[in-house]
Amino acid sequence: MSIRLQQISKHFGNTRALEPVNLDIHEGELVGLLGPSGSGKTTLLRIIAGLESADTHPRSGKILFGDRDVTHVHVRDRRIGFVFQHYALFRHMSVYENVAFGLKVMPRNRRPSTGEIRARVFRLLEMVKLEDFANRFPAQLSGGQQQRVSLARALAVKPDVLLLDEPFGALDAKVRQDLRRWLRRLHDELNFTSVFVTHDQEEALELSDRVVVMSNGKIEQIDTPETLYRHPANRFVFEFLGDVNHLEGKVQNGILTCGDARLDVDLPDGHEELLLRPHELRLIETPTAHAHLPVTVTATVPVGAEVRVELEADWLANPWLATIRHADFERLGLTRGQRLYVEPRRWHRFAQQSPRYSPSPSTA
Amino acid sequence: MRRIGDAPTVRRLLIGAALFLAALFLLLPLVAIFAQAFAQGVAVFWDNVSNEYTLSAIGLTLFVAVLTIPVCLVFGVALAWLVTRFSFPGRRVLQTLIDIPFAVSPVVAGLVYLLLYGRTGWMGTWLDSYDIQLMFAWPGIVMVTIFVTCPFVARELIPLMQAQGSKEEEAAVVLGASGWTTFRRITLPNIRWALLYGVILTNARAVGEFGAVSVVSGAIRGQTNTLPLHLEQLYQDYNAVGAFACAALLALIALLTLAAKAGLEWRASRREAFL
Repeated sequence: MSIRLQQISKHFGNTRALEPVNLDIHEGELVGLLGPSGSGKTTLLRIIAGLESADTHPRSGKILFGDRDVTHVHVRDRRIGFVFQHYALFRHMSVYENVAFGLKVMPRNRRPSTGEIRARVFRLLEMVKLEDFANRFPAQLSGGQQQRVSLARALAVKPDVLLLDEPFGALDAKVRQDLRRWLRRLHDELNFTSVFVTHDQEEALELSDRVVVMSNGKIEQIDTPETLYRHPANRFVFEFLGDVNHLEGKVQNGILTCGDARLDVDLPDGHEELLLRPHELRLIETPTAHAHLPVTVTATVPVGAEVRVELEADWLANPWLATIRHADFERLGLTRGQRLYVEPRRWHRFAQQSPRYSPSPSTA
Repeated sequence: MRRIGDAPTVRRLLIGAALFLAALFLLLPLVAIFAQAFAQGVAVFWDNVSNEYTLSAIGLTLFVAVLTIPVCLVFGVALAWLVTRFSFPGRRVLQTLIDIPFAVSPVVAGLVYLLLYGRTGWMGTWLDSYDIQLMFAWPGIVMVTIFVTCPFVARELIPLMQAQGSKEEEAAVVLGASGWTTFRRITLPNIRWALLYGVILTNARAVGEFGAVSVVSGAIRGQTNTLPLHLEQLYQDYNAVGAFACAALLALIALLTLAAKAGLEWRASRREAFL
């Protein structure tokens, strides 16, 4: 079932939580709403669910599920599944009772028979690999298990769309990753339309078909993870999608200077701020003709496949972060206090008031 | 290493002081009540308890409690629901207003009701024209008892419902449950222990209330005398054994209440340990 939002806005008192938003989610798509806290992503999700009502003044927006206009349909009748951040399992009911709840409260003419309910609940529990836990209570389960129960409970009523509010936010990193993969597989298998909220860019990029990046109650960009990362629409998206190093200085005759740092750039004269990704920095022992950026190593942290190197210099307001391969780390024999030079492979720049979608990042 | 404040002498001193004070101020009076009540033997005690007026006072007291509890229960749940599930202007003021019955002296409450509903009061004159008498009759006693006891249930529920939040109810509604089903199957089971606890406190207070009731009851023997009022009358009549027999009954009710409360708390802690 596709979801279409037209001119949906929301105020809480005098605070604007959402600017008028338009959003099209295709059938069978898995879409992530990504943004910092306070960006309006949860509000948007709750409006789609019907747990929050959108503004009706000055103008009422519209919410469509497929061809069905659900703008004024009560949450009870919207046929959605909702997964809460802290699971919201019914604490006084067993796992079985939790999953069966949605089926048991159906009006009598639509309610399946007791046997059918039992069969369906156990099928769902099997799917979330919790069939042995049917008689446990939520408090006897781990966070990851609770979230799986909550997912089974939401799917039990065969919803048209599945909405998830920071579904993995309260779990530890390892479990989060497992559940993420598992949800992706489940989604591909059952092919429901789902929307999830997250503030974790990695999660959004890994899980979504398309990502909606939000800030301050408005949508900054809607794109596939690939496009989003390669062609961010504006500076906010670029900075939000990963670590960023800043280089600010004056450009004169194609050379940007900042203290004793120099970098050849193909830009007109004036004040410029360049943005550099940590993995786009190369550490070298002697400066090149194009780049003279002296730095001092202040910390090295091996994280997984790469080493994070923190760099400082007189000409830098904030320390830089570079991620390099273990091989390079060993070749350079990096130690704290070592003096090196940086050569950027690539840099990005956004005009201060960038019109949406227009500037594409330049390359050095 | 010893924790701060865990010196053995300090600990023994504090425990000793606590036990001594508890014995002096709590246990001794309790023992005295029963000792006095049975001072002239069980037969005299029984004569006093089975006295026509005492029986009528016991009956009225229980009758008032039975009427008060359901009213306080419904009022408390509705108020707690309102305060914890909705945000509206004046919510904080309302939360403060709940405490008024705790804050004012019960005698003042009784007087206010007398002024409002008494024969010459604002409402009273109008009611009198329909020949309805609230004061100096059991309805008045019930009214002031409700006033005095109405915060208990809400006070128990509000912090709990605030801590539990409304996510489970939201989840139930998303799954298609009606408002009533959500309340019956989700909200009520989650608050049942606090609710029962509130009822026990309400009952204890309703049975023992003296100040407010004494103002509005008129203390007509055999008609509008509750147990605490009857006790006082007996004492004024120099019938010490009778007074203490009534006191023993009230103390017994209090002890039963405490036992029920302790039982509930024990159950709750065991449930938590189990989960």
